[in-house]
Amino acid sequence: MKSKLLVLFVILALVLTACGSGGEKAGGGTFKVAVVMPSSIKDLAFSQSMYDALLKVQAEKGGEANFQIVYSENMFVVDDAAAAIRDYATQGFDLIIAHGSQYGSSLQEIAPDFPETAFAWGTTVDTFGQPNIFAYEARAEEGGYVNGVLAASLSKSGVVGVVGPIETGDAKLYIDGFVSGARATNPNVQVNVNYIGSFSDVALASEAANTHVAAGADALSGTAQMVVGAIGVAKENGALWFGTQSAQTSLAPSIVVANQVYHWEVVLNDMIKLINDGTYGGKSYALTLKNDGLVMEYNPDYSIPADVKAKADETVKGIIDGSVVIMLPSK
Amino acid sequence: MISELFTATVLIGILASGIRLATPYLYAAIGETFGQRSGVLNLGVEGQMLLGAFAAFYVSLMTGNLWLGILAAAFVGALMGLGMAYVTVNLQAEQGISGIGFYLFGLGLSDLLFQKLMGSVQTVKGFPKLVIPGLTNIPVLGEIFFNHNILVYGAYLLVPLAWFVLNKTTLGLKIRSVGENPEAADSLGISVAGVRYFTIILGGTLSGIAGASLSTALLNVFQQNMTSGLGFIAVALVYFGGWRPWGVLGGALLFSLINSLQLWIQVLNIPIPSDIAIMMPYILTILVLVLTVSRVRAPSALTKPFTRSE
Repeated sequence: MKSKLLVLFVILALVLTACGSGGEKAGGGTFKVAVVMPSSIKDLAFSQSMYDALLKVQAEKGGEANFQIVYSENMFVVDDAAAAIRDYATQGFDLIIAHGSQYGSSLQEIAPDFPETAFAWGTTVDTFGQPNIFAYEARAEEGGYVNGVLAASLSKSGVVGVVGPIETGDAKLYIDGFVSGARATNPNVQVNVNYIGSFSDVALASEAANTHVAAGADALSGTAQMVVGAIGVAKENGALWFGTQSAQTSLAPSIVVANQVYHWEVVLNDMIKLINDGTYGGKSYALTLKNDGLVMEYNPDYSIPADVKAKADETVKGIIDGSVVIMLPSK
Repeated sequence: MISELFTATVLIGILASGIRLATPYLYAAIGETFGQRSGVLNLGVEGQMLLGAFAAFYVSLMTGNLWLGILAAAFVGALMGLGMAYVTVNLQAEQGISGIGFYLFGLGLSDLLFQKLMGSVQTVKGFPKLVIPGLTNIPVLGEIFFNHNILVYGAYLLVPLAWFVLNKTTLGLKIRSVGENPEAADSLGISVAGVRYFTIILGGTLSGIAGASLSTALLNVFQQNMTSGLGFIAVALVYFGGWRPWGVLGGALLFSLINSLQLWIQVLNIPIPSDIAIMMPYILTILVLVLTVSRVRAPSALTKPFTRSE
């Protein structure tokens, strides 16, 4: 049934391509953005960080009349995502964002067919040498390092636990940064990491957090959308939580200390400017603490000791001016 | 480093979390066992779980009453079961395909309702740990077996209950005969359609509760697609368990214990790459399945629609 649907989609896409006459630009100054995401816009993590950034850009540009956002969420099947990307391209969107590194090869195939349309994808640095593909990534290890410094300073038991999805991409960067920050702050602190092998298995993420707690951890972190399960466990056991990607404070206001929040609007604004000037790609971006693409946001309801906060601020400054070097395991 | 695995904390941790992890599998797989013993394969378990998880979470959030949530999950699961029964028994549709249809329906609808009614991930105060006087305080054993919430206990009580119903009651005999030889059952005056309706709706109800056990007892959140394949593993566990409740229990426990073992292996920094550790439960399950495959045979009428010859 699913494959029949897919065939239908492909036929539909072909028909649309045939009569689409190669992507007309929307008139009247409305900038049209389409985004394809692997999870939900309300995942409190990767997809939501992009959606929230788009909403912010929309508000700055004066609302829907000037900046139109269309999205396809939960596109965990890459084939479906590719069909959606092609559909959007035929409909003449100004910018099509493929928000997931798994969409790369599809984009590489589709983009050359629509030279007048700008595409963006992440998280990666690879534009495939295409003049109409932007690439973006988040240097997640930077905030990960700061979170690691905070966790090592605040942990009383000296054991810190991290729940990871799959050992790859921005999740691996974040966790490596976190481990590095914690160890640099206190060489005696024990940082336990477990990858659960899934971006969506909330139950296993929760059990991974239980494992950390049983191993003595009183400060936890984790990355990707399945960590909502782990946050629940942290809350239940009074362990501290350090978030990343989106602000996760709302889930457990009593135990969340800080979040590294992705502000893609820094990247989006520059892309939009370039597109309006007639450049459709070829540039690769990175969110960093320095360019305000990564922001450490603290939970106002958690009273963080002044000396720890000062140490974190100093670390942020150090990362920005280069005096703090994040050592990542070479692999 | 391996020796670190054999400390009390770690062993208790592995066993206790294995028992928790097996809970949703048990509800869903026991429900599915009833359906398959009567000859119907329901691949829609995952969708039923997702809708059940959402219903339980939303009703608990709105009313503050967790038991109303369970009731809602059971009801929604039963409705999905009713739909599945109509499609497979009356319309005689291909069971595998219609199950996938119901899965996609549950996946989509639960996500839609989540976005329209809740909008963002929230938490609910779920079922607390239930202390059983005299049992919870037993050292070690109490920590492993009697330090869970009520839905965990319920899942394990379901196993002997299902065994009893299937093997020791007239109802169980009817279910089994409809699954083995529906023509003979029919000639003896058993309503094949009636029995199948009953088992599929029961299966749906239990799948709904399986979802509720995730969203209001084990995790206390709802997120789109939060079951992430758990319902399909539950279906596999029915085959694994040889269509017997005790076998299903063994499979669910084996799979869950290996899963919690691999979490600990990573925490203890035992030098096994995470990818290998993550594969362990699946590899071991396949291995056991291969070694024991000829043990039992599937119900003869499984996946075969029944048409009454006049």
